[in-house]
Amino acid sequence: MTVKVITVGEDILGANEEKAKANKSRLDGYGILTINIMSSPGAGKTSLIMSTIKSLKEKARMAVIEGDVASSMDADKINEMGIPVVQINTAGGCHLDANMVESALNGLPLEKADLLFIENVGNLICPNAFLLGEDKRVMISSMPEGDDKPYKYPAMFADSDVVLLNKIDLQPHLDFNVDGFKKTVTGLNPDVILFPVSCKTGEGMEAWLDWLESAVKGKKKR
Amino acid sequence: MHEFSITESMLSLALEKANEASAGRITRINLVVGELSGVVSECVQFYFDAISKGTIASGAELSFETKPTTVRCHKCDNVFTPGDHNWACPECKETSIEIVSGRECHMESIEVE
Repeated sequence: MTVKVITVGEDILGANEEKAKANKSRLDGYGILTINIMSSPGAGKTSLIMSTIKSLKEKARMAVIEGDVASSMDADKINEMGIPVVQINTAGGCHLDANMVESALNGLPLEKADLLFIENVGNLICPNAFLLGEDKRVMISSMPEGDDKPYKYPAMFADSDVVLLNKIDLQPHLDFNVDGFKKTVTGLNPDVILFPVSCKTGEGMEAWLDWLESAVKGKKKR
Repeated sequence: MHEFSITESMLSLALEKANEASAGRITRINLVVGELSGVVSECVQFYFDAISKGTIASGAELSFETKPTTVRCHKCDNVFTPGDHNWACPECKETSIEIVSGRECHMESIEVE
């Protein structure tokens, strides 16, 4: 039998990207600003979402997709706040993909939402490789993780539209070089918007909320 | 764990291309994987052997071409391999850079009979 070479030249995750585009146009149809929130476990994704919900509850109709390896703890917390939420359990999977998000969208009242948060699985290695249908990618890097994270996970920082440096209230207890961190992040990603915040004390949150609110308005107008 | 979903996507892409060419069997799949893609080739091979069973790709050899991480300096255009703790340009010390290679995760070609 003769061997024949077939040139493919395609991205392995091309099928995911197609599905993500379909999710995006579905969400665009409703004028929903969709934010993919990525970080390591414990950096403050759920805290950020909860704190943002509290502040914007009167200004925007929000919905949440919670991605976790297991448990519905995070979804339960959001649910208690009266916000529509769908929990995805990845059963060991380390990231969300566009297919999972498509199913989750079916469980949300999209006609009654202006802003959708998708909380990705806590992981800095691969979630950025899987588009979900989001408008913006927001990454949280928390101070206790150290200022060397951009060197260790450069693709994650390069792919984010916004980086929130969280837990700045802990700075007095840490050797964290804020200027060095900012320089590395903006070096990797010159267009990035960086907000130092503390979800716990509320410090710096206003700038993030202002940015988010104007992004929601911008999406509605389109 | 992301290797599992990557392997699934890779297998279905290979099967789709082989099917289009009315091939009877896939003997080799040529992949290009960057250092920053977070893809461990041994892992992909392991999953592939398991999930390709019963398909025309069963027994196919996976070939991985690994792309090293390189970055380009925004100031002087120098392309270099970044150090572990320092991503500044070795020529002009500029810290504004862009990733040129290392993020690849694609299928170059398949070999079929």
